[in-house]
Amino acid sequence: MTYKMRALMGACAVSALAVPVGAETLTIATVNNGDMIRMQKLASDFTTKNPDIQLEWVTLEENILRQRVTTDIATKGGQYDVVTVGNYEVPIWARQNWLRPLDALPADYDTDDLLPAVRAALSVDGKLYAAPFYGESAMVMYRTDLAEKAGVTLGDSPTWAQVLDAAEKMTDRDAGISGICLRGKAGWGENMALLTAMANSYGASWFDAEWKPQFDQPEWKEAATDYVNAITRFGPPGASSNGFNENLALFQQGKCGIWIDATVAASFVTDPGESTVADKVGFAQFPNKEGVDNHGNWLWSWNLGIPASTDAPEAAEKFVAWATSKDYTNLVATEEGWRAAPPGTRTSLYENADYKAEAPFADMTLMSMNAATPDKPSVKDTPYTGGQFVAIPEFQAIGTAVGQQFSAAAAGQVSPDQALTQAQALATREMAKAGYPK
Amino acid sequence: MARKVSTTRKAVMTALAWGIAIVIFFPILWTILTSFKTEADAIASPPRFLDFDWTLQSYAEVQSRSNYFSHFLNSVIIALGSTAVGLLVAIPAAWSMAFQPARRTRDVLMWMLSTKMMPAVGVLIPIYILFQRFGLLDSRVGVLVVLMLINLPIIVWMLYTYFREIPAEILEAARMDGARLWDEIRHVLAPMAVPGIASTALLNVILAWNEAFWTLNLTTANAAPLTTFIAGYSSPEGLFYAKLSAASTMAIAPILILGWFSQKQLVRGLTFGAVK
Repeated sequence: MTYKMRALMGACAVSALAVPVGAETLTIATVNNGDMIRMQKLASDFTTKNPDIQLEWVTLEENILRQRVTTDIATKGGQYDVVTVGNYEVPIWARQNWLRPLDALPADYDTDDLLPAVRAALSVDGKLYAAPFYGESAMVMYRTDLAEKAGVTLGDSPTWAQVLDAAEKMTDRDAGISGICLRGKAGWGENMALLTAMANSYGASWFDAEWKPQFDQPEWKEAATDYVNAITRFGPPGASSNGFNENLALFQQGKCGIWIDATVAASFVTDPGESTVADKVGFAQFPNKEGVDNHGNWLWSWNLGIPASTDAPEAAEKFVAWATSKDYTNLVATEEGWRAAPPGTRTSLYENADYKAEAPFADMTLMSMNAATPDKPSVKDTPYTGGQFVAIPEFQAIGTAVGQQFSAAAAGQVSPDQALTQAQALATREMAKAGYPK
Repeated sequence: MARKVSTTRKAVMTALAWGIAIVIFFPILWTILTSFKTEADAIASPPRFLDFDWTLQSYAEVQSRSNYFSHFLNSVIIALGSTAVGLLVAIPAAWSMAFQPARRTRDVLMWMLSTKMMPAVGVLIPIYILFQRFGLLDSRVGVLVVLMLINLPIIVWMLYTYFREIPAEILEAARMDGARLWDEIRHVLAPMAVPGIASTALLNVILAWNEAFWTLNLTTANAAPLTTFIAGYSSPEGLFYAKLSAASTMAIAPILILGWFSQKQLVRGLTFGAVK
């Protein structure tokens, strides 16, 4: 045997030993959020406890991930063992049998500890199809110093009239301060998340019981008009292209009086390392129109689900249980402090005094999440579930198309009435094309 | 007699050319600058051009979170592999079209080009299912073949244009001297067409390097090139511009350097036949 041949065989033997015998590899698809990246960093805790399981991460931008995972699951490609999915997809995919029910979670997982609204959004026929990794509702974040200077009080549960009045009084163009920052960028998960929640809180709904679009109703007219007025009169320049990140940057730099957006933003705006106004932020519930018992019904969670096409279901469920357990929350707290604990999934977190001491927004986040009722998004009777979205597969396309109309209105290119008329026409057309009522 | 160009006109044209070049290059320059900022500086308003605290923090974080080398290696294999295989198929095809044209050669060329006008997403599901059946998902070979096929019309067209510039009489003379088909291509045509083949190869490497739709959809981890590496740094909730810029700079640096050193060939390739 030649020297080269011996070296080659030796190398093969070493590489064979490097992989544990019978080791399973889980491919996990996830998004690039702070909490998800932290999970990757702490995953050695899981692999130490489960040496027979190896983890392979695929991190993608949210929309690319959604398209990629949908293609793979729909064609039973089997490329992923664990996928990060939103609560919009979970019930739709579960009904298609694309996700495996999580029916082998360990006894100490404590499913009853999950926030009721979140658990309900991830369950179909009483079975949990994905485990929440972090969750959010929406709330008002405002500058306490500017509110005081303007002589306005918002309290815990302001109405839209109070919020818009405060926005007007806080606006100071000379100082570069916009009274209110709202999402204007077109997209079903961008401006339409806010505007749909806003419409809910005005008493509007997307569809009536016969699946007829409702943009021609007075509630939508009032909500859309107030939205466009607020964004054009008290909003920042170029607001029609602003999404979560742009408004976050503006608020952190002290350029917004009020920002209404996802509760997860609270940890960013109160972080002294990132925000120049960290100690001047107040929180309030998502506004409602006076007399309408609805605070937007915004509920979003990023969850871990297991595709039906996986060839490692047991290992995948072990991982999902680890990443969404109370122990994981404790691990994050030990390694990076309670402030970094993934929010919005477990009741026990909001009963934890250490967490509440570090997170001044904890109570308002819990209040906002508990106020969400995905089973009844509007005060009107609706044939759909959801909140800031409508839980039907067609919503991504219709929501984005309608969002473009309202983004154009926010940019001053069309009037709110024209945007509503267009929205009604295209939603009617698309729903008919999709065969509703079904 | 050469036309005299006034100094003023020269100066204006030079300034205009520089102005256009700066406008085109500015997004890349801004990306590179942002990659050296902190996340807070990256979103500062008004934007900071050079007066910020320069840091390598984003590069360090990208390096610690992702296996850059593995993505880079995949990009190199896919880009060079698809180019090499593409040339192997395209050179004989372009030769036959340029020197032995048939009645429908022009139509065939137009048909080939028309396939580039088809939206890629329209055939995503059939190709995905084919890949799944043949076990090609997340494999370098699979992506290499797809990229070769989608760039083939451009390679054939470019080579065809080059070959048409070569006088057919030279090939005839070679044949008269007893050269067989392979000798004719290898010893006569190829040496004369080297500049053309080189610029076609360079352009194809750049196209394959930058291709994002198929590489994102057909790879997961093992065959994922730098496009997937970049796609992991955009975040829906949280600041990411500095890290995304660092990842983008790392992804475009190799091709930018290659393009810089081969700009002469590239310009020649892109403008060949444009001015007679």
